[in-house]
Amino acid sequence: MASGPPFFLTLAGGLVAIAIALPLAYLVFRTSGIGAEQMWTLLSRPRTLTVLLNSAGMAAAVTLLSALIAIPIAFLTLRTDLPGRRSWLIAATLPLAIPSYVGSFTLLAAFGPKGSGLQLLLEPLGIQELPSIYGWPGTLLALTLFTYPYLLLSVRAGLQGIDPALEEVARSLGRSPWATFWQVTLPQLRPSIVAGGLLVALYALRDFGTPSLMRFDAFTRVIFLQYKSSFDRTSASLLALVLVGLVLLILWLEYRVRSRAKYYSRAAAVRRSPQLVKLGIWKWPALLFCAAIVALSLVLPFAMTIFWLVRGWLAKVDMLAPTDLLHIAFNSIAAAGLAAIAAILFALPVAILSVRFPGRITTAIERCSYIGFGLPGIVVALSLVFFGANYLPWIYQTLPLLVFAYLILFLPQTVGTVRSSLLQVNPQVEESARSLGRTPWQTLREITLPLVRPGILSGTVLVFLTAIKELPATLLLAPIGFKTLATQIWQATENISFAEAAAASLAMLLVSAGSTLIVLAQDQARIAHR
Amino acid sequence: MKRRKLLSLLGLAVTTGGVAIACSNNPTPNAQTSPSATTAANSTTGEELVIYSGRDEKLVGPLIKKFEAETGTKVRVRYGDTAELTAAILEEQKNSPADVFYAQDPGALGALQQANRTTKLPDAVLAKVDDRFHSPTGQWVGVTGRARTVDYNTDLVKAEELPQSIFDLTDPKWKGKIGWAPTNGSFQAFVTALRVTEGEEKAKQWLEGMKANEPKVYPKNVPIVEALARGEIALGLVNHYYLERFKLENPEAPVAHHFTGDAGSMVNVSGVAILDSAKRPELAQKFVAFLLDNEAQNYFATETREYPLADGVKVASSNLKGLDQVQTPKIDLASLSDLDATLKLLQSTGVL
Repeated sequence: MASGPPFFLTLAGGLVAIAIALPLAYLVFRTSGIGAEQMWTLLSRPRTLTVLLNSAGMAAAVTLLSALIAIPIAFLTLRTDLPGRRSWLIAATLPLAIPSYVGSFTLLAAFGPKGSGLQLLLEPLGIQELPSIYGWPGTLLALTLFTYPYLLLSVRAGLQGIDPALEEVARSLGRSPWATFWQVTLPQLRPSIVAGGLLVALYALRDFGTPSLMRFDAFTRVIFLQYKSSFDRTSASLLALVLVGLVLLILWLEYRVRSRAKYYSRAAAVRRSPQLVKLGIWKWPALLFCAAIVALSLVLPFAMTIFWLVRGWLAKVDMLAPTDLLHIAFNSIAAAGLAAIAAILFALPVAILSVRFPGRITTAIERCSYIGFGLPGIVVALSLVFFGANYLPWIYQTLPLLVFAYLILFLPQTVGTVRSSLLQVNPQVEESARSLGRTPWQTLREITLPLVRPGILSGTVLVFLTAIKELPATLLLAPIGFKTLATQIWQATENISFAEAAAASLAMLLVSAGSTLIVLAQDQARIAHR
Repeated sequence: MKRRKLLSLLGLAVTTGGVAIACSNNPTPNAQTSPSATTAANSTTGEELVIYSGRDEKLVGPLIKKFEAETGTKVRVRYGDTAELTAAILEEQKNSPADVFYAQDPGALGALQQANRTTKLPDAVLAKVDDRFHSPTGQWVGVTGRARTVDYNTDLVKAEELPQSIFDLTDPKWKGKIGWAPTNGSFQAFVTALRVTEGEEKAKQWLEGMKANEPKVYPKNVPIVEALARGEIALGLVNHYYLERFKLENPEAPVAHHFTGDAGSMVNVSGVAILDSAKRPELAQKFVAFLLDNEAQNYFATETREYPLADGVKVASSNLKGLDQVQTPKIDLASLSDLDATLKLLQSTGVL
């Protein structure tokens, strides 16, 4: 009895397993009609291989570049005396709220080869055309700038979970701050880095906006083409299955890479603020680094958005009334907020099962929960259209089904952060609670939850910020007439109304910024309280 | 302490969510203003028409409101991407909530027709448009015309330098100066038209010639018009109305239309079909007829800047030729829904 996981955990884990299975079952079902010959023709096309290599290379490069940005920023903002470090941390988290299609668009407007902001600025110097940003450079730049916050949030949660005593011991033994970072801090951060890196890699794989605007042949683009130009659901599903293969490969690699060492050292739920590293003269390069990243990933899109808004306003473009925009913003908050709650409710059991009750099934559930995140939104959306319309018509195109779609798409963001927080908690704490007569439920509420709080908070922010900008599932599965900021931006760009797209983008930025601030402020208040 | 804060945070989120659910139960949560509300109240039948629209709300929303007001029915519209909505209807099978599908291109309608998901439209409706603008078997009908054009930057290209035919674009003098969107549905319809009118071999030569000229690739028409305005490219292969609408926000943009008089200026359509699973087929027919009435057709001419298709309705824009003046090749638009051969050609020439 004591050896097995509690019932409520198993139940939630089982539900998650079913959720994961739906899109996969759909893909297999759709592909089953295809003949072996046609399947081989499609798979053996040189283009399929090119796309596969492109996608894999892109995911790897974006992950590496993101780590080079996220780890220094997380360390600088949490562990050093960097001036304004809390503001930098928040500013550096916010690019997650910028949809990749908006971000890429602003990068093109700023750095495009001709007629862009930079080129017009340099024109007096005789520069008629800049080197092309399209293809690899633009794709890597855009994806890195708008996905590194995944790593940042994850590493942040990891840093907060480290017992400062370890570092203090290292310092007292005469290690320099630099050596302490490499030998003590970084190894402890490994689960968070790997978990965040996985999210970055999978996000790069599933993103559609950036590859399409930067003219880069990634998997999602080819899958979309299959739907768009031939309405061929079978071939699209087959390609999506190949993508699932790539996702599984990445999951397996991550599984091999992440060490199974124990990271916990805390004996109790006591947490102290660590001593801050004095930057000294290094303060200036550190500030410059943070400023450059924030300028490109946050200020630039923000400034371009305001520019478009003002331009449209001056041209007296017919715009959405503020009250309607407010209503749409409220829809967005509600849908993304429900998604975040659902993600926590289901991620906790999955993470606890995989860390505390490791076994083939629990590990498989935890690993496979990432598949939905690696798939293009349209694939997951169509699988739910199929199951919803034909088997669950009473919830088809209702808010609960939309939230369920978000859950399939975004669950791993919370699983990852909670899991790495949980790895830092010594199971003996929970065991002693149990031995003192607490039920598993009480132990979870009174001991485990408070300890994995940093992971839960990061996970909430992540799901909220990604769900608020989700498009394909929202377009197909939301109740009819349920508009969100993302669908509004999409409609406005379809209709070539930059001003209106800008208004909705700005609202999205403000909502995201606000919610991030609230969540992070809760955390800061808690730390300050001690 | 910590726990209480976490719970209060969750509680806050749950409350907002609850309110949202309450709101979403309201059938018209957004700006579907008073006319529809009053007519819904007047409506004695309580019938509801469900439309899937691959066309933008800003373009067709006002028309749909007019329809609601005139007929006293309530209309609910799912706006989305034409191809995605087509895939959704196919996945929904007979359980599709939609009665009518209003698509951006005949390819999507052809795909539904091929899957036997459409019904025959009344002859009176089909008779309103030229035979080439509806399905030969009457399974869908065109509502508006969308001409392909070669838009150009007037600062970079003089009118006398403009290519007389789409085949002149393979001239090396245009190297690196053309923008196109090979993944775009309208572009692929144009290539299909090229194949049908000029033959497979000539279409292939044209694509290879274009490829050698290194055209800049864009995901769709809008970025091409933007790039033209910036001067990033000199010529762009687009649909005519993108520039018309772009100029509303950027009247000074140095970009103009050019019609080549061959497949380069072919006229494609947006159109409607009634689904076989429609629960309100009579209401659906009423709506389709409404779209081809003078009022709606005039609306398209003045507001969306597309070509009205119903006989006798004139184009409104002063810088746009009339549809009868646009020289277009005679092609069966239904044949454009067969994109397989076009896709193969695009892929074998390395364009896609």
